[in-house]
Amino acid sequence: MDFTLPEELRILREQLRRFVDAEIIPHERETLEDSGDELKPEWRARLVKGAKDLGIWMMEVPEEHGGAGLNLVGRAVVWQELARTIGLPSRGETITGPSVRHILYNLEGELREKYLLPVLRGEKKACFAQTEPDAGSDPGGMRTTAVLDGDHYVINGTKRFISGAGRSHFMQLMAATDRAKGSRGGISCFLVDMDTPGVKLGARYQTMMGDAPWEIILDNVRVPAKNMIGEEGGGFKLGQKWLGTGRVKHGARALGVAERCLEMATSYAKQRATFGKPLAERQGIQWMLADIYIELEAARLLVFQAASKLDAGEDARTDAYICKYFADEMAFRAADACMQIHGGIGLTTDLPIEKFWRQQRSYRITEGASEVMKHVIARHVLKTY
Amino acid sequence: MKIVVAVKRVIDANVKVRVKADGTGVEMANVKMAMNPFCEIAVEEALRIKEAGGADEVVIVSAGPQGATETIRTALAMGADRGVHVLTDAVLEPLAVAKLLKAVIDKEQPGLVILGKQAIDDDCNQTGQMLAALLGWAQATFASKIEIAGDSATVTREIDGGLEKVAVKLPAVVTTDLRLNEPRYASLPNIMKAKKKPIEAMAPDALGVDIAPRLTVLKVEEPPKRSAGVKVETAAELVAKLHDAGVI
Ligand SMILES: Cc1cc2nc3c(=O)[nH]c(=O)nc-3n(C[C@H](O)[C@H](O)[C@H](O)COP(=O)(O)OP(=O)(O)OC[C@H]3O[C@@H](n4cnc5c(N)ncnc54)[C@H](O)[C@@H]3O)c2cc1C
Repeated sequence: MDFTLPEELRILREQLRRFVDAEIIPHERETLEDSGDELKPEWRARLVKGAKDLGIWMMEVPEEHGGAGLNLVGRAVVWQELARTIGLPSRGETITGPSVRHILYNLEGELREKYLLPVLRGEKKACFAQTEPDAGSDPGGMRTTAVLDGDHYVINGTKRFISGAGRSHFMQLMAATDRAKGSRGGISCFLVDMDTPGVKLGARYQTMMGDAPWEIILDNVRVPAKNMIGEEGGGFKLGQKWLGTGRVKHGARALGVAERCLEMATSYAKQRATFGKPLAERQGIQWMLADIYIELEAARLLVFQAASKLDAGEDARTDAYICKYFADEMAFRAADACMQIHGGIGLTTDLPIEKFWRQQRSYRITEGASEVMKHVIARHVLKTY
Repeated sequence: MKIVVAVKRVIDANVKVRVKADGTGVEMANVKMAMNPFCEIAVEEALRIKEAGGADEVVIVSAGPQGATETIRTALAMGADRGVHVLTDAVLEPLAVAKLLKAVIDKEQPGLVILGKQAIDDDCNQTGQMLAALLGWAQATFASKIEIAGDSATVTREIDGGLEKVAVKLPAVVTTDLRLNEPRYASLPNIMKAKKKPIEAMAPDALGVDIAPRLTVLKVEEPPKRSAGVKVETAAELVAKLHDAGVI
């Protein structure tokens, strides 16, 4: 059993650390638009150039599509290092290339020309529309319906909390083709252009993280039947292959957040003195630092174990759930303890802590709430023991 | 022309160095290591000379324990062509390193040798100078600019009070100062390519060099802690304080 990163990833990690420390952290409050979920154009240009110099541009895109095709362990190293700063958007598009919805790689022919290639070239953006007012954690209960009418599907419903809808050219839309079957074969996946008649952007929700996802209203939207990806009712099955990846990404990001919080908390505890002694000499504070470190190291093992299993083609679904649950919760506790150790200054926007805290708080809810992760893990436990 | 660059693996510049409790040295166990920053600058300069057509091969040499291969590999990932690792766990003083480098250079016959002006661990600032003396070559230390033309190089040196330009005949030894360049990042594709680049390992014995220390370290200790300063509001107050302290 070898628990060390291969030499090439240790070298890559070194380079990334240098890049983030020198080029992002000193400006981390200036790089994002006010909305907080997008880089300012000048910073995008500057940091994307850095990412290209580092060779991590298009790292997620498979080699046959012109990307770097980095394996998941390698990507986890990159996600971890880039998450040490609040200067990059934590949702949506960062500096490692256009965000390609994985499902697009399955496309062939005309659809491939229309959707995959423009996304790879950075000309088109896509959003993912699954959540609804009455279906979040339990998307199988969604009410948006798609009904076949000749060679078109007619779609009606409302989607909520859709990131990036306002700047997207098309959406990967999940809709019920058989509501009775729900998540067991009743949900299908469509590619829908945002300018299709009947598609309307509704309310925009301002969240405490800065991200502002949208409501999308679908009113008798006619979508060519060929825009359905996979079989009717096979919407969830298609995504399965990629789900683990997203959860490992959450875990890897959390490692970077916790590591930066640990660096800051420790350094501050050594220099801040109260009642005649540095904070770092108080056991109450030492235990907080020790706790962050213990949990960070535990999460690191979980993340890299899940990543290497998925790289090896193993079924690591449960590992990936554990990864998302434990690492996201861990990084929230780390940000919270780091804030506590800093006292009042930790609450100010002079330091990145409050931003990490807000981000990590949100990850305990979005893309699979912690309780939902545990719900699935419990199912696995009940089946196995 | 071939360029040899010497690199050293040192404690990472961001790590707070701690003296061992028994005063025999600094704590090295579980400490993050990295390439000496002046050596990174040396590698970068060699690569720029090569890219500008002034050299056709850049060879990296390091002397030290097994971990030094990773430092050589990093230089190869930046773009150097191959490495030579003089593998030893012994404590190496600048004279021993200079002798080892001379032995490698005698074999390699480069037109230019670039080193960092000093390593940030022991700050000796001796190896480059000793190496030039052993080789009987010209030396230009603390370089902030290097221009190669034919069989000579013009080197701008950072000296007390300004800059000095010297012309040296090649082959020569040059050591780098901080402002010579900004080292590049090793990119992921180049890191992968570096895996296949050769690193030749050899023992000091094989080079016929006696590396036994000539110095005895009596004691290593932390610098005395500085006592806290005071903030003054005005220039007049500062002058008064300096006066009271008997400084002016
Ligand atoms: C900023 C942001 C961006 C988003 N982007 C997108 C997007 O791009 N596309 C998209 O489709 N969606 C998106 N979402 C939606 C997000 O994925 C959902 O909010 C999330 O899945 C939770 O669903 P919900 O809000 O409906 O909460 P609910 O499903 O109503 O759950 C509420 C709470 O109940 C608890 N809970 C739920 N199920 C269980 C259970 N089985 N056992 C115990 N407790 C349970 C959990 O604590 C949960 O937090 C986004 C949300 C936000 C805030």
